Amino acid sequence: MAAVTTEGTRLSSLPAPSGRAGLMGTLRSEFTKIRSVRSTYWTLLVLFVVCVGLGALITSLTAAHWNQASLAQRATFNPARNSLLGLYFGQFVIVVLGALTVTAEYSTGMIRTALTAMPRRGIFYLAKAAVFTVVALVIGEITSFVAFFLGQALLSSTHIETTLGAPDVLRAVVGGGLFLAVCGLFAFGIGALVRHTAAAISIAIGVLFVLPIIVNFLPTSWTNDIMRWLPSEAGLAIWNTRQQAHEFSSWPEFGIFCAYTAALLIAGFILFRKRDA
Amino acid sequence: MIEVRGLTKRYGEKLAVNDLSFSVEPGKVTGFLGPNGAGKTTTMRLILGLDYPTAGSVQIDGKQYRELDYPMREVGALIDAKAVHGGRTAYNHLLCLAQTNNIPRRRVDEVLSLVGLSEVAKKRSKAFSLGMSQRLGIAGTLLGDPSVLMFDEPVNGLDPEGIRWIRNLMRALAAEGRTVFVSSHLMSEMENTADDIIVIGRGKLIANTTIEKFIAENSTETVRVRTPQIDVMARAVAAAGGTATANGDGSLLVQGMPTERVGDVAFEAGVRLHELSQARASLEEAFMELTADSVEYHAGTAADAPTAPTPAGTETEQAPAGRTS
Repeated sequence: MAAVTTEGTRLSSLPAPSGRAGLMGTLRSEFTKIRSVRSTYWTLLVLFVVCVGLGALITSLTAAHWNQASLAQRATFNPARNSLLGLYFGQFVIVVLGALTVTAEYSTGMIRTALTAMPRRGIFYLAKAAVFTVVALVIGEITSFVAFFLGQALLSSTHIETTLGAPDVLRAVVGGGLFLAVCGLFAFGIGALVRHTAAAISIAIGVLFVLPIIVNFLPTSWTNDIMRWLPSEAGLAIWNTRQQAHEFSSWPEFGIFCAYTAALLIAGFILFRKRDA
Repeated sequence: MIEVRGLTKRYGEKLAVNDLSFSVEPGKVTGFLGPNGAGKTTTMRLILGLDYPTAGSVQIDGKQYRELDYPMREVGALIDAKAVHGGRTAYNHLLCLAQTNNIPRRRVDEVLSLVGLSEVAKKRSKAFSLGMSQRLGIAGTLLGDPSVLMFDEPVNGLDPEGIRWIRNLMRALAAEGRTVFVSSHLMSEMENTADDIIVIGRGKLIANTTIEKFIAENSTETVRVRTPQIDVMARAVAAAGGTATANGDGSLLVQGMPTERVGDVAFEAGVRLHELSQARASLEEAFMELTADSVEYHAGTAADAPTAPTPAGTETEQAPAGRTS
């Protein structure tokens, strides 16, 4: 490598500083961070492929076997939900991105460099969460709408499709994108608490996926009482419209999921400010 | 200007930094020395607000690090060159740092060219050698044109050419009036670079002096003389071709002649000597002696290895010299 002579230390002068380093600059910085690593593109691509691909597969199979479906199946069939079922698996993909957004700072050691540049931790945390929320929400909504329209197109061969104008459908499709974003934030909060990639992802998937399975093994009377309070069931209610007897209606259920997520984000925020980096 | 007052950091049972006070002056390179585990990195983390002190305070130009308006414009710090996201390119790494402090993009290109990384600006940094990572880290410290620079063990793992480059850069930065604070566990690295040195061991301050004084007291050619006739002795030494400097503690440090000759000069001048001693063999040895009691992990010596079993509860281990330090 070529030697750099000390004459080179003369750099062009910086504009005179005014104000202080704050949220705007940190937001720009966090956006640069999230767009400049490949894992972002990979996880978002996988998210899209899983949600849209599975939705397409499920709707085509439904359409192909529609003439063999029982009357009961036909009566409860919900075409919007049918096209969005891929989101159930998509949540685990966005969980990875949400956790990584925080934990990669620790696994790489970048947190030390980043907090040296922006030592006001509240601003740093806020900017990171805000940028992730926007990215997850945009990709989540695109994914949900594409999965819906593609699914309806595939169902239309047997004329069982629905439209955004039908009751509850717009709520389910918009809710699908919201659901993905909040799942990501749920893992973001866990990531800020445990600061370890594998631990954060395991805990998030444990709570969202394994916990409902365990609860299902409890006596039915208990299950019904507990299920409605589980983050996963509460979150799914916004688009996975089955309206089961033991659930509140969609928005209040989704509110429960958001409340859990907010609690995790706030706990993460408090610890992030308090702990040694 | 960095001012550390009564700084203390406890991790559980272990006191990593123990009531440390010193200040680092602008326009100089200040070496921060101590054996591995002495608390150098912890002190630097406390200065930067990465860790919270158990007691004491740090001020940079009169402010806590967290309160600086534009931290990168006032302090450039490199704690760990590998503390970057390896999947990000060198350019984007520096860009995301610059943006937090509203530093314009062109500055990123400039510092990359300054450290000689322009050609690999679009390469992801996980492929970088340690030397290239150090250069990237140093580029980051220069983004904000700061008046205070801190480097933690910057020459670790560098080739001689890289070491010389960093040394020249630090000298140049200090010559521009900046405060340069650089840690090392090797005295020899500091010998030609530092103006002042601060030595710590087990988190405590051991020495805070200028490098000239340290060398004057510790290099081979130095002979310490204690006499009630300081002025007479000083003239006699000068007449005999040596140099004598007052040490401040009433003794005289003589350079440029061996101990025997100093004794002869005193005899010929009729000066009564109360002390005539040769100072230590080398700076590295002096440094090791200075910090010997405070070394965290000693390597067992060959002599005691076969016979004496390691007493339980000590951290002594029978390692070949050089493996541990």
